[in-house]
Amino acid sequence: MNFFSRHKNTVVLATVLLAQFLVLAVQVKRQTAEGPVRVIRLLAVNTLAPFERFFIYSGGSARAVWANYIDLRGVRRENLRLKAESEGMRLDRLREQEDARQARRIQSLLEFKEQWIDATVAAQVIGTSGTEASRVLYLDKGTKDGIRADMAVITPDGVVGKVLTVYGETSQVLLINDPTSGVGATLVTSRLQGIVKGTATGEVQLNYIMGDESVQPGEALVTSGGDRIFPKGLPIGKVAGVSMGRNLFLNINLKPAADLNRLEEVLVITQQKPRSPDVDGLGPIRASDILAQHLPGVPQTQPPTSPGAVLQPPSQSLPNAQAAPAATVLPHSAAQNPVTTKPHTAVPAGAGLPKPQIIKPGVVNAGGTTAAQKPSAPKSLTPKAVTPKAGAPNIGAPKPQKAKPGVSNAGGTVQKPSAPKFVAPKSITPRSMAPNAGAPKQKPQAAKSVVPNAGGTTTFHRDPASKSVTPKPASPNTGEPKPRPKPAAPDETNR
Amino acid sequence: MRAMNLSYTSREQVEVYRFSWPMSVGLPLLLVGLQAFVPVRLHFFRVFDFGLLLTIFFAVSRRSQLSGTLTGAAIGMLQDALTHTPFGVFGIAKTLVGYGASSIGIRIDVENPGSRFLLVFFFYAVHKAVFVAIERELMGQSVHINLGHEAGAAVANSLMAVFLFAFLNRFKIRD
Repeated sequence: MNFFSRHKNTVVLATVLLAQFLVLAVQVKRQTAEGPVRVIRLLAVNTLAPFERFFIYSGGSARAVWANYIDLRGVRRENLRLKAESEGMRLDRLREQEDARQARRIQSLLEFKEQWIDATVAAQVIGTSGTEASRVLYLDKGTKDGIRADMAVITPDGVVGKVLTVYGETSQVLLINDPTSGVGATLVTSRLQGIVKGTATGEVQLNYIMGDESVQPGEALVTSGGDRIFPKGLPIGKVAGVSMGRNLFLNINLKPAADLNRLEEVLVITQQKPRSPDVDGLGPIRASDILAQHLPGVPQTQPPTSPGAVLQPPSQSLPNAQAAPAATVLPHSAAQNPVTTKPHTAVPAGAGLPKPQIIKPGVVNAGGTTAAQKPSAPKSLTPKAVTPKAGAPNIGAPKPQKAKPGVSNAGGTVQKPSAPKFVAPKSITPRSMAPNAGAPKQKPQAAKSVVPNAGGTTTFHRDPASKSVTPKPASPNTGEPKPRPKPAAPDETNR
Repeated sequence: MRAMNLSYTSREQVEVYRFSWPMSVGLPLLLVGLQAFVPVRLHFFRVFDFGLLLTIFFAVSRRSQLSGTLTGAAIGMLQDALTHTPFGVFGIAKTLVGYGASSIGIRIDVENPGSRFLLVFFFYAVHKAVFVAIERELMGQSVHINLGHEAGAAVANSLMAVFLFAFLNRFKIRD
């Protein structure tokens, strides 16, 4: 009793510290090789384990003497049997590896699904943790607004963080620059994948990129979707600096796309739905689009002689819209079916078949006006042969070999595509229909796929004998009539 | 000759103060709340640790180790509640700071702005060291220290303490 009264302050200090230490030990989970374990359990186990280990070791030694030196009958026979079994399994493994590779290719092309943002809730940032040790935000929306834990939080600029804890009318968001956060990320150009984490000083780093990889400053970084929290393709930031770090990994510092220090309003992604990627839709190019381009193609199942094959959008024949346009993704199929799936790079000027068109609006017509700008399809997937260059006035000698949708005719009007994906034949206007300022430059064409008629529209015809498309004779829209090749066979208009 | 006292303060300077209950409860709530909401607009405000400053102020004013320990624990737990880290991280650090500040407050003059500056600078370093030790050893986190940033933060907090303590002196009640 005398001791406690004499050392009252120290005893109180020790008691308070011990109490907090126990509270902390009950809450904290330490990451061990077997997974997260509470510290209090770790302490208990580490205290008792040496004794247990001693008893187990003493009993184990006795058993080992018996097992290793006495009970070894039949080991040689078993060894031979296992060797034979191992050889068979090795062959099986090679076969399965090949199957797996094939399955991955097909899955990528046919059943690739992505998480798309379906619903968001806008929220106001109302507070922080107040310390640099914990980079969290408080939002003015909670469970009543449909917010749940582990939902992604973004701004129009990029990723902000994820919802950590949700209360009735508020929620706590863990920012991506907190050391305990983690976002699956992909470098857009090099396709390297890593984990974005914060540092103690509030910087953002990309971790787990091997030191022998090449990462350039300025390279953009998007979410990989692998964390099941952030949808794939959301911008995270750009590489600010690269240096060699410890443990064979690179130190990659990032500049976050969203300004994490000046967040006032954010969006919480409350709903995501898996969808097939739509490469010819409007919007920025995504990682999966680039991935599909690098993958080998699958032969189109459509019969080559099908008259309507030319104008079938590839997305109809392939469930995966990434295959569109077919000529871009399936280059090797051109050899099998030159009529339907010819690579655009191999199409001779002027003789190109009317490939599925991705209209790029905003082409300057003859009058110098520009059509309404819409976000175009991803550039890498837009066939160059059919994409008109914006801002190029369509005057001068016509080049009839390239069909340019949206280019004005003589009247200066723009043939506006009816649908952004694939243009019906009548709506395609080739460049040859541009006002003829100079003498028409004629190239002898054996079979022209796109020919303007008097109405300024184009009709496609197929020659069944040669499996090529022949033009229908038509008068030019303006100027003096151009000589046209005669049709080789009765026309069959594609619809 | 009288025996030398271990204290470096004069008799007048060893005065014990107390605070009214509304101040004891309201001040930590107000300042920790400010610290949480102001950085939304003023990001640099995040560098200040008002919880630490209040712990030191109460400890050196009351000059009681028991009071300093409990005040530090309470303010630290309040800060823990606003973070996503487990309860006890700031609690343990501020408990030690409260105990240490009250122990020092008995021995040296803490009314002088210069000594306040040095006191806060020292305890900011202690607080950070304890915090990092807990994060590393107990929670298994890899915490990297940016010495330049921490030194700057220590200076900023010390300067803030000089002005804040001068303001808070008004609420002291001589015991």
